[in-house]
Amino acid sequence: MIKYIYKRLLGMIPVLLGITIISFVIIHLAPGKPTTLDQAMNPKVSPEIRLRLAKLYGLDKPLAVQYLEWTKRLLRFDLGRSFSDNRPVKDKILERIPLTVSINSLSLIFVFLVAIPMGIKASLKPGRGFDNFSTFLSFILFAMPTFWLALLLMQFFCITLGWLPISGIKSLDFEYFSLGRKVWDVAWHLILPVFVSSLGSLAVISRYMRSSMMEALTQPYIYTAWAKGLSQRQVVYKHALRNASLPIVTIIGLSIPGLLGGSVIFESIFALPGLGRLFYEAVMMRDYPLIMAEVVLGAVLTMAGNLIADISYAYVDPRIRYK
Amino acid sequence: MRKKTLKILKLPIILVAFLFLFILPQTYGEDYGDAIVSASIADARNLLPMLASDSASSEISGMVFNGLVKYDKDINLVGDLAQSWEVQEGGLVIIFHLRRGVRWQDGIIFTARDVEFTYQKMIDPSVRTPYGGDFERVKSLEVLDDYTVKVTYKEPFVPGLASWGMSIVPRHILEKEDLNNTKFSRQPLGTGPYKLKAWKGQDKIELVSNRDYFEKQPFIDRAITRVIPDDSTIFLELQTQGIDFSGLSPLQYSRQTDTLFFKKYYRKFRLPGFNYTYLGYNLSNPKFSDQRVRQALNYAVDKQEIIDMVLLGFGSISTGPFVPQSWAYNQDIVPMSFDPDKARRLLDDAGWQDSNKDGWLEKDGRAFEFTIATNQGNDERQKVAQIIQRRLKDIGIRVKIKVVEWSVFLAEFIDRKNFEAILLGWSVPREPDIFDIWHSSKVKEGEFNFIGYKNNEVDQLLIEGRRIFDQNQRQKIYHRIHEIIYEQQPYMFLFTSESLSILHNRFQGIKPAPAGIGYNFIYWWVPKEQQKYRIAP
Repeated sequence: MIKYIYKRLLGMIPVLLGITIISFVIIHLAPGKPTTLDQAMNPKVSPEIRLRLAKLYGLDKPLAVQYLEWTKRLLRFDLGRSFSDNRPVKDKILERIPLTVSINSLSLIFVFLVAIPMGIKASLKPGRGFDNFSTFLSFILFAMPTFWLALLLMQFFCITLGWLPISGIKSLDFEYFSLGRKVWDVAWHLILPVFVSSLGSLAVISRYMRSSMMEALTQPYIYTAWAKGLSQRQVVYKHALRNASLPIVTIIGLSIPGLLGGSVIFESIFALPGLGRLFYEAVMMRDYPLIMAEVVLGAVLTMAGNLIADISYAYVDPRIRYK
Repeated sequence: MRKKTLKILKLPIILVAFLFLFILPQTYGEDYGDAIVSASIADARNLLPMLASDSASSEISGMVFNGLVKYDKDINLVGDLAQSWEVQEGGLVIIFHLRRGVRWQDGIIFTARDVEFTYQKMIDPSVRTPYGGDFERVKSLEVLDDYTVKVTYKEPFVPGLASWGMSIVPRHILEKEDLNNTKFSRQPLGTGPYKLKAWKGQDKIELVSNRDYFEKQPFIDRAITRVIPDDSTIFLELQTQGIDFSGLSPLQYSRQTDTLFFKKYYRKFRLPGFNYTYLGYNLSNPKFSDQRVRQALNYAVDKQEIIDMVLLGFGSISTGPFVPQSWAYNQDIVPMSFDPDKARRLLDDAGWQDSNKDGWLEKDGRAFEFTIATNQGNDERQKVAQIIQRRLKDIGIRVKIKVVEWSVFLAEFIDRKNFEAILLGWSVPREPDIFDIWHSSKVKEGEFNFIGYKNNEVDQLLIEGRRIFDQNQRQKIYHRIHEIIYEQQPYMFLFTSESLSILHNRFQGIKPAPAGIGYNFIYWWVPKEQQKYRIAP
């Protein structure tokens, strides 16, 4: 097993290299150029100054040279400085991570706590009341645009009822609160964003759970289990669930990069300083160092997620063996 | 029981009434305290003023720093850190007399050395400032004594005076720092009315009042800017009184805030804007090189209709590169009327006729057809383009609309002059010098006369306008420029939109003026009993 992990890790290096080369070239070939540098459309900024600024950022060199310099820095774990405010990219990303990761993990936990039982319950009596209800609900949730739902919920809970805050993660006078009140304040601000960001995946995962559970329940060993006289609880949760959870494990693995992904839409609506907005703005301003950092981060996490999923298969399904 | 409570209640009521009668008249007005919370779509990027290139940063650094000069409520240049100035030797020399006793927010005295230091950094090629241009015209800057600075220009340069509105930065802190790369850009320290207290990236920026500000301690203790990137969220926050100040769209101003709630808690402002939106023609394109054609297009488009439909009436017809509240604006110019028949006649004179009777104009066998390009993310401009498209169709001109992402728009369309017509806007600076946009030398890639306008008289006047300090003479120059440009129609000037905003009505002391409402911010105050944020900074 150790050897297998080792091999997989080595195999990731060329993949990562390939990803960075392709994305580096694409992002530089994309039309448009870094707009913060040239103070677009400000007559007080002359073209000479813009050229000088481009030079200071190293943008006048050939693409290959720029790429090599970037890789050299990456090997030293230096992601460079952002064009927009000249701060180290690493700092900009690190300061956003706690919020993004906590919202995403909270919503992931919420999703699994609700979606798995919901999927199982629906699969037990397919085509009946609860199944129909959950199918209907899933499709509605899945089809609903998040931003629209978020605005409706804000209107209702924050304005009509006045129970929840509209945006941000902390109250304005947060610094002056006691510790207990601080914790409550953050939790209070997180309720809506976590709920809204969960709904889409709630629908998807409960559907996955339902279908794989239904398949597992038709297998011969389930009849054996029933024939042995086991209770429904034991049949479903002990025998069927373990076999039905393979697709769910894959999804968990693939959700790992998503933990750091963040969503531009709901971060903007709830005014949360997360990674999604950071990267979206980087792309709009052609902030190359920041975009590349995002690509590397995403690539590494996706590969790590796949690896973790593959390893956990072996635990969930003893028939899978890695050499 | 009931009676008793009433009795107990009465005593304080009498006391309070007493207080009102005797104490209030003396303390009435101008209480210190409270905070103002405003919303900003984007976070600031860099609070070192010379590197700040975005409006969010400039807004914050404008409260932390001062320049030598500033614009007052009537848009006249007055002293800020400079008490006064003299223009000598026909405009070659400006001598600034600095205000004495001004302290940096850490207590160190501000002197002419700070001005010299700021200037040196502005022209230092290794500093990544985009604003060095105006200062490169300075031949030398001498410190005559601690409170006198003599600036000598290579040639008289009137806009140079306004360029000294550039924020002055403290030498004693930045002397040994690399400005491109200093903590100062996140922890600025200036001479201004507010000090930075906390900056949480993409979340909020909190400023507290500077008790030792040289003009006076601001009444409002804290100024908090929350970063809320979504317009609808800002609007929802207004509905819970979570924010006190925000800009409004025309729709929000006229309809969505027309409710009892907003009337009770907020006050709305509509102020003349410093901008204009235009349709710029690529003058090297043969279709647009004929002045009659450009005038015809101007007659064919109903500007008032655009203002009514797109801005819901919150704007005025623009006739030139200045705004009506500026002294440079020529009030004698009457906007050309909306007159499609006249447009048809002018086009006919210029040789554009519908010879094959298909409803579209042709000349030399080619139909009159062109593309209006504009940037994505500005709904207003897209709607304007559609109205123009419709109006030009009426006179037989086929218009296509192309909407392109901003960065691509600049690189592919503007810089390469690869367009037929563009729909854009300029923001109009207080200083009327428009050399960079209209002089015929400013046509290189990346420069701003991208339509390729050339008129000898305008060229000459633009140069003169930069050399003559006397405002009456300058006014004549800019009035003439305005007249020529409107006559020649290199742009179809469309409208100047108003700036619409909303402010919580507990704030007092706001006096709208041509410059807007923010100019006397340090005199805004909230009566003690209405103050909402009571934690002292």
